[in-house]
Amino acid sequence: MGNDVVLETEGLTKEFLGFVAVKDVALRVRRGTIHALIGPNGAGKTTVFNLLTKFLEPTAGAIRFDGRDITGLKPADVARLGMVRSFQISAVFPHLTALENVRLALQRERGSSYDFWRPERLLGRYEDRARALLADVGLDGYEEVLAGLLPYGRKRALEIATTLALDPPMMLLDEPTAGMAHEDVDRVVALVRRVREGRTILLVEHNLKVVAGLSDTITVLTRGQVLAEGDYAAISANPDVKAAYIGSDDA
Amino acid sequence: MPQSQRIALVVMVALIAIGPFLFFPVFLMKVLCFALYASAFNLLLGYVGLLSFGHAAYFGMGSYLSAHAAKVWGFTPELAIATGGLTGMALGAVFGFLAIRRQGIYFAMITLALAQMVYFFCVQAPFTGGEDGIQAVPRGHLFGVLDLRSDFTLYWVVAAIFLACFLFLYRIVHSPFGQVLKAIRDNEPRATSLGYRTDSYKLIAFVLSTTISGIAGGTKAIVFQIATLTDVNWPMSGEAVLMTLVGGIGTMFGPALGATVIVTMQNELAEFGAWVMVIQGAIFVACVLAFRRGMIGELQAKLRKPL
Repeated sequence: MGNDVVLETEGLTKEFLGFVAVKDVALRVRRGTIHALIGPNGAGKTTVFNLLTKFLEPTAGAIRFDGRDITGLKPADVARLGMVRSFQISAVFPHLTALENVRLALQRERGSSYDFWRPERLLGRYEDRARALLADVGLDGYEEVLAGLLPYGRKRALEIATTLALDPPMMLLDEPTAGMAHEDVDRVVALVRRVREGRTILLVEHNLKVVAGLSDTITVLTRGQVLAEGDYAAISANPDVKAAYIGSDDA
Repeated sequence: MPQSQRIALVVMVALIAIGPFLFFPVFLMKVLCFALYASAFNLLLGYVGLLSFGHAAYFGMGSYLSAHAAKVWGFTPELAIATGGLTGMALGAVFGFLAIRRQGIYFAMITLALAQMVYFFCVQAPFTGGEDGIQAVPRGHLFGVLDLRSDFTLYWVVAAIFLACFLFLYRIVHSPFGQVLKAIRDNEPRATSLGYRTDSYKLIAFVLSTTISGIAGGTKAIVFQIATLTDVNWPMSGEAVLMTLVGGIGTMFGPALGATVIVTMQNELAEFGAWVMVIQGAIFVACVLAFRRGMIGELQAKLRKPL
């Protein structure tokens, strides 16, 4: 596990019509680690995510990924560099089958597939890999089911399989266990642990048990600012963090 | 092609083949032109999730330019229709570039506004003939050889154009590119997060749709030997929406069936005059309220097979 920084922000700020959602955030994510971003509701965690992946334009500040300034890039190009995000609400393609969902990520390697004159069967060569990825997240047998018809936990699993299909060096997971039943939470935690090999993972999570079990480093955000940073032991002993959490409805 | 769609295709081709022996070829050619127009529109609404409310611009300008090319420039009919397609393509490239930057209702409003600009241009521009339109467009000789003055002969040409474009649309939807389109329809942010530059995909799909709309309009101009303001006015954009909705949004065969139903109805009910619009409106409301999936869409859901 190297100690070099793979993702770094400087003075990252986002204002919405005068409301400062994220203020002067300096984040340093070391390569190969699992880094968690926690904080009470409305602390700006998801906004930070959207800024990092360029789904939102920062008002001020810079973002560097893998030594490269990505502040001016478009979201699709950030993904192409190898930083791929998930979404808080399960993001699948509901009218496509589970297999097609994963295949869509795999077919990206063909480059820009603007070839509207070629037959679909060209995509057949991705099917074995798609099946393997589905099996990997416990979705074997669901290949031909429309993603929209899958139960919630399986949708999240499908989303992770789709993200993994891109084999990204950096994954951003936005509340991967939100709204899940216990056994599904355990499944996702085990999955994240299994796929962390060779990757960096940045995680927004409400479930502190998940955070404690997974993360190497934790950054606590409140009101758009970094309150504290450290490993779980340090963070859980920090009086400011305790105050922030007890001061909200989100302990 | 799955078996269900193969059967549907055989049925459609058979109907097209026996049609002119049972009905007036001119009526059937009108159906085919609108079937093509609605199918092209459905590429956007059904497979990319883009509701264009300005497809009359591409249909109508395709119609005008084809008529102009055949009458003034003396183009042969196939070249005149190709001119219509190129017109739809060029106009679609410019309008699409402007419109795809916005989503949902804003996209629809921009396409409508741009199409209305085209309409008012056509009212004023000398070459369109204003209220008179371009009349007495010669049908000419196909490839300079085959005389198309006979309705029966022209019918087979129109049928061939329709089938070729229909199969082309089928291929677009069922291509690697089409897969990405459907992903954008289902969840655009997710498609972006997988690294797809969705704007490029949307623009290409838009231009493909407007090109085929232009071909449909051009074919109609050659068949009826006239291009008028009706082709370019906003109710023509509404027709595409209605036909697609009645037939089934996002189905391959739905828009063609929807066009058949609507055109037949307009013909049969023509004697009631303005009541046609009222009846059409009622059908529109009924479809939206009772069976949103449309005729083919409902059938598809029953059979659990794609159509």
